[in-house]
Amino acid sequence: MSTVPIGTSLPEDTGPREKPARIGETRGDRLRRVLSSRLASVVALLIAALWTIPTFGLFINSLRPDDEIRTSGWWNFFTDPQVSLYNYNYVLYSDSQGGGLFLNLINTVVITVIGVIVPVAFAALAAYALSWINFRGRNALYVGIFALQVVPLQMALIPLLSIFSRGLHIGDFTIMPAWELDGVYTIVQVWIAHSIFGLPLAIFLLHNFMRELPGDVMEAARIDGASHSQIFRKVVLPLVTPALASIAIFQFLWVWNDFLVGRTFAPGEATRPLTAVLGDMAGTWGFGWTRLPAAAFIAIVVPLVVFLLLQRYFVRGLLAGSVKG
Amino acid sequence: MDISAYLDRFGLLAVGLVAFVAILMALYGLAELASRRDRSRVVATVFLAPAVLFLLIGLVYPAVRTFVMSFFDAEGTGFVGLKNYAWAVSDPDALQILINTALWIIVVPLVSTALGLVYAVLIDGRAGERVYKALVFLPMGISFVGASIIWKFVYQYSGTGENQIGLLNAVLRALGMQPVNWLTEFPMNNFLLMVVLVWIEVGFATVVLSAALKGVPIEMIEAARIDGAKPAQIFWNITVPSIRSAIIVVAVTVFIATLKLFDIVRAMTQGHYGTDVLAHNMVEQAFRLNDDGRGATLAVLLFLLVVPVVIYQVRNMRRQELEAR
Repeated sequence: MSTVPIGTSLPEDTGPREKPARIGETRGDRLRRVLSSRLASVVALLIAALWTIPTFGLFINSLRPDDEIRTSGWWNFFTDPQVSLYNYNYVLYSDSQGGGLFLNLINTVVITVIGVIVPVAFAALAAYALSWINFRGRNALYVGIFALQVVPLQMALIPLLSIFSRGLHIGDFTIMPAWELDGVYTIVQVWIAHSIFGLPLAIFLLHNFMRELPGDVMEAARIDGASHSQIFRKVVLPLVTPALASIAIFQFLWVWNDFLVGRTFAPGEATRPLTAVLGDMAGTWGFGWTRLPAAAFIAIVVPLVVFLLLQRYFVRGLLAGSVKG
Repeated sequence: MDISAYLDRFGLLAVGLVAFVAILMALYGLAELASRRDRSRVVATVFLAPAVLFLLIGLVYPAVRTFVMSFFDAEGTGFVGLKNYAWAVSDPDALQILINTALWIIVVPLVSTALGLVYAVLIDGRAGERVYKALVFLPMGISFVGASIIWKFVYQYSGTGENQIGLLNAVLRALGMQPVNWLTEFPMNNFLLMVVLVWIEVGFATVVLSAALKGVPIEMIEAARIDGAKPAQIFWNITVPSIRSAIIVVAVTVFIATLKLFDIVRAMTQGHYGTDVLAHNMVEQAFRLNDDGRGATLAVLLFLLVVPVVIYQVRNMRRQELEAR
């Protein structure tokens, strides 16, 4: 730990290059400080490289011809550059095994659109009621929803699936009949599952944001005769738009990148989302593993771009959810 | 390419969106009606109904049902008492799963938090801090499945005589050592799988801890330095205590994510070669081996492991709030 250069956080540092001597510092101290700063640079660079190279290698591999991937490492690309988009073409459109993933990509898009807007909208409604409408049992209900964050979704999988396939009964009385969804329509089950599993965190985060809104603004709107639904739409929603954005990004990343929920609730080959297909392809690592880099990159690139562009909102949500509590 | 398959999916999406908008408008209309008559209780009910209904059907009921099912046999019909729990703590395979899970939840949060902290301190105030942060943060946008595929190529083994195409074995080769079949070597393979999750979570740790570091008073560090404190002393005696609560939050969040981890094990080894963990084997038991009782039991164990950590977390948050007042 002796290499940690706390000094670099101080404003008088102009950068890693120029290190003016500090007041009361001997030459030896200064030398040691500069050296430890150099070492820190090396360590930071090393970590940054370790965190980037594997992804970069996969990207390079996805652009190489099959035979090259099979026989040599991706770094050989730089001495013997051979580019082929064959694998991208194959995984997206081929009718043969391991191809046709374009359809699964569409599944992912269809699942994600509803899987994001439904929980965010329902959570916004619920969070408003929990923060600004006075009714008995409000706190108890909020604590209950907060506590649901603890329940791992694994606890819900088997019964939820059975509700869809067998319905919900008490004794002989049927509360809800079986849905008997087939083929493409199993995507509806994935929508509902994602909406449910996304709710507790979304309500918790939105409640945090809404509670912080100034009470006198609400009060003024009430006095002017605005109803709760009007306040929600015209006052609260515009004010919490950044929060909605960060929660939507969370949910987007979670739904797009999900493996377990999609695989469980839309089990058919043709109805699974892309990530679920990839997960099992990678697990077996059988025929066609040379096409995995291209297939994986297709799945990775969309969330990565969204993530990079909207990182600011994501980080804000992260800090609000974890540090403030 | 069969266009009708795409039409099916987008048709479904359109229907879903229309239904969603219709539900929202109906809710809004109801809330508006109730608002005009100034019935807050009804407004609150309307705002909360969708979320509460979803949570009751999709989380509360299933969690209770899973708990009950853990005392029943594979088909969920015959009561077996604690037999499933006895299996979970005595069967050698099941024990291995518990041991692996214990290793994961100790190693991953510890290493992720420590690495994130060191990296955050190293890059704090350094030129290009944002770029450094973004590079390590990037894997947060990649799915667990995508990350697994990336790392599977790093670990790839192509026999002893062959040209190694996995980065790790190529490095071994360059150093004159024998290549290793990393993913089948027990118990090392467990740790290699953990690397993938650490690789993802360090970015999260870095971002949160780096934000916390900005709140450490510079005067305190400067005063310590003038008093002759070494960087390591400043780190342990000032930096770490100042951001203690952020460190705990990061560790707890990573802990919960680790406990629920399914994807990486599935995509890397499918749980073979002694790498299975609780959350993955739960799905195996329930959906591949069709043993609902054992699957439910493992889900309950998962839940029991999360509870104390979350209670600790909530207590911590309360104390923080009290201190802030």
